[in-house]
Amino acid sequence: MEFLTHFDKVFTLYHIGLLLGGTLAGLVLGALPGLSPTMAVALMIPFTFHMEPASGLILLGAMYTSTVAGGAISAILVNVPGAPANIATALDGHNMANQGRAAEALQYCFISSFTGGLIGILVLIFFTPPLAELALRFGPSELFWIAIMGITIIGTIGSSSVVKGLLAGLFGLALSTIGDNPMLGEERFVFSEHLESGVHIVVALIGLFAIPQVFTLFANAAEDDQSTVHKLGQSRLFQSIRYNLSRFRALCIGSLIGTVVGIIPGAGGQIAGLVAYDQTRKTSKDPDKFGQGEPDGIIAAESANNAMVGPSLVPLLTLSIPGSPTAAVLLGGLLIHGLFPGPDLFSIHGETTWTFINSLLVAQFFMVVIGLFLSQHSGLIMKVPGHYMAAVILVLAVFGTYSIQSSYSDVLIMMLLGIFMYFASRFGYGPAPLVLGIILGPIAEDNFLQGKLIGESGDGLFSYFTSGPINLILISLCIGSIVYSIYSSRKSKTAD
Amino acid sequence: MKSNPIPSLTRLLATGLVAAISALTMATASYADGYPDRPIGVMVAYSPGGATDFQARVATLASAKLDKEEQPVSIGQPIYVTNKPGAGGRKGWNWFAEKAPTDGYMLAAYNVPHFIAQSIVFDTKYNIGNLEPVGNWGADPAVLIVGKDSPFNTAQDLVEFAKGNPGKLTVSGAGKFVGHHIAFLQLAKASATDMQYVPGKGGVGALKLVKGGQVKAGFNNLSDSARAGDDIKILAVADLERHEFLPDVPTFRELGIDVDNSSVNFRGLMVPAGTDQAIIDFLAEKVPVMFGDNKTLGKMKQTNSPVRIMNRDEVIAMWQERQAALTELLATLKDE
Repeated sequence: MEFLTHFDKVFTLYHIGLLLGGTLAGLVLGALPGLSPTMAVALMIPFTFHMEPASGLILLGAMYTSTVAGGAISAILVNVPGAPANIATALDGHNMANQGRAAEALQYCFISSFTGGLIGILVLIFFTPPLAELALRFGPSELFWIAIMGITIIGTIGSSSVVKGLLAGLFGLALSTIGDNPMLGEERFVFSEHLESGVHIVVALIGLFAIPQVFTLFANAAEDDQSTVHKLGQSRLFQSIRYNLSRFRALCIGSLIGTVVGIIPGAGGQIAGLVAYDQTRKTSKDPDKFGQGEPDGIIAAESANNAMVGPSLVPLLTLSIPGSPTAAVLLGGLLIHGLFPGPDLFSIHGETTWTFINSLLVAQFFMVVIGLFLSQHSGLIMKVPGHYMAAVILVLAVFGTYSIQSSYSDVLIMMLLGIFMYFASRFGYGPAPLVLGIILGPIAEDNFLQGKLIGESGDGLFSYFTSGPINLILISLCIGSIVYSIYSSRKSKTAD
Repeated sequence: MKSNPIPSLTRLLATGLVAAISALTMATASYADGYPDRPIGVMVAYSPGGATDFQARVATLASAKLDKEEQPVSIGQPIYVTNKPGAGGRKGWNWFAEKAPTDGYMLAAYNVPHFIAQSIVFDTKYNIGNLEPVGNWGADPAVLIVGKDSPFNTAQDLVEFAKGNPGKLTVSGAGKFVGHHIAFLQLAKASATDMQYVPGKGGVGALKLVKGGQVKAGFNNLSDSARAGDDIKILAVADLERHEFLPDVPTFRELGIDVDNSSVNFRGLMVPAGTDQAIIDFLAEKVPVMFGDNKTLGKMKQTNSPVRIMNRDEVIAMWQERQAALTELLATLKDE
């Protein structure tokens, strides 16, 4: 209960101001495509050079928490996820918005983010030492199976049929092999210098989601130039809260999966939302409603990606091994103040560390209050005529893409992928499995290569990948996921 | 002898040429006099938040500092960092060598041995011939580490094991053709053993493999390893002298294993070839002063970033030395 004694430092006027500013800025930055949580935190770190350690960390923590939630705003309102973590949110969130339930969708998003985030931070506070040990046991073989588990859900997400989903996923996997592979020390498929650094995941995300949306908006605007994007819908805050908390199963699945994925270093928090979404759908009584505006989809995805935040700091603070790309950037923010991860962080620097963790807890409250306030007023965005909206998205897409790596090649890749996706979506192919392929490809490949080298110099390849309790559990989960998909598609066929 | 018209024409031409050259040098001299009159950029070929990006930002903090008489202490203009990551740094450095302006307003951070090794192995647009160093701020040697529960306690233990079990000793490092990989190649060569290199996902990924016991040993950054405390055992430093952060850890040479300092990760600033000599001279004089600022050094120490300030001439010598050593080392690798 040591953390309770360190709340006084959080509630100073200066720190509350930082929390408020950080949360607000994080929500806005998170909603901009291209400014992923990792980018936002990385850009903030130089500002903390001149701050007190605790103040700097409070600002970074508030940014981290709120950018993850902010990415859902654009996912719901304009179908452009702010970061890869919010892809699953767009699947049902944007459909709800199209049905005139945007305010409701945003409320679910923030309430679930809050619940998941709170659970994640509490896990960080109470279970750090045992979980840090667990985190280290995930080596190349375990991470490989996690990636394979992710691949088993590719076919069922966001496309009109399983075969089309798998094809899109396969194309994504192929795209992920382009460029330099540091593991092999070789370049692959670099037939043009624009492909030198491969297809960056956020570049693909912007291209595949934002550009087709731009075309669609322009096309619709030509038909009816008075058209607004969609109606915001009535907002009944208390009803939403009550309904949200009653969706206990989706909240639990989301928070649990988010927590587990957050702890595992290298799994990439980006897949937490998608895995939680998939599991919630599979265990739902009405799996067919998903993808058509089912609140459970938003609840599971958003609780998962915010539950990931706290646990991703577990291996970072204890072992100096970040659980997510954003946590990796936070490491710099710790080091600049001489805070070295390890036991010292909780003893010698205990006051700063606990103030930081407590501020994350408080930041959850700021996020939900500001978020709910924004969702009441997000109608302002929805009243913008479609063709203005399209122009704004296009500018932000180009600007956001360039800013990731200051690379003009990225802008070209983004536009090409976007044009491709616009036509592909007409044939029922979805962008979500494609992005998932790009995310999972390197995780599967790199860990397989590492595991191959380790296995071959040990007991052999096969036994390395199939021994140990964690490997066996993950393999059975993979098989279970495939068997269940076959079973449920058979069942729905006989029902027809 | 009468003067014929040809020599006078030559003389005329020569005079003209001299005038032109002096006009040109005067122009550039006056150009360099005003330099720098606006903020200067530093291109970092890695992502924001990484060690190189982070250290570059700290190392250049003092660029606009003024003394008591309001005179600039070093460069006299603020420095901003811009990131062009991709392909292990090749994307950014290719851009820098080929397309960066040569007016002195765009500098870049270099990582040795990375960029030199890449220019030998890959078809890059850069090499030590078309880049001009202006100062070095840091040097992070590679160290040989094992997990805390490892049966190995010295580097000799490891070498003995590798001799008895060819191909069985797994050693992690940050990737291919980076300092850790160079150190590994040197260790395998010096001990005449067959070991297995396992490239990790960056330095952090490689450290994780060691801490989690997935590999038997690893090469990693001295700075990160020194911070890891009791989680790992540090067996040897791949440098010529012991390091102040780890006074008890011997160098490889002390242990009778011939691994020199070729793998030390040097970081500093450079400009593209074609930059005016007056600007290079200006930066070569001021940049080491900027690195030596007390507050900067304090921040560096606080973050466990090993500092080694070197001037332009020292860096040029170091680059050439590395070029020769790496060409030889990597040539054997290519034959495989």
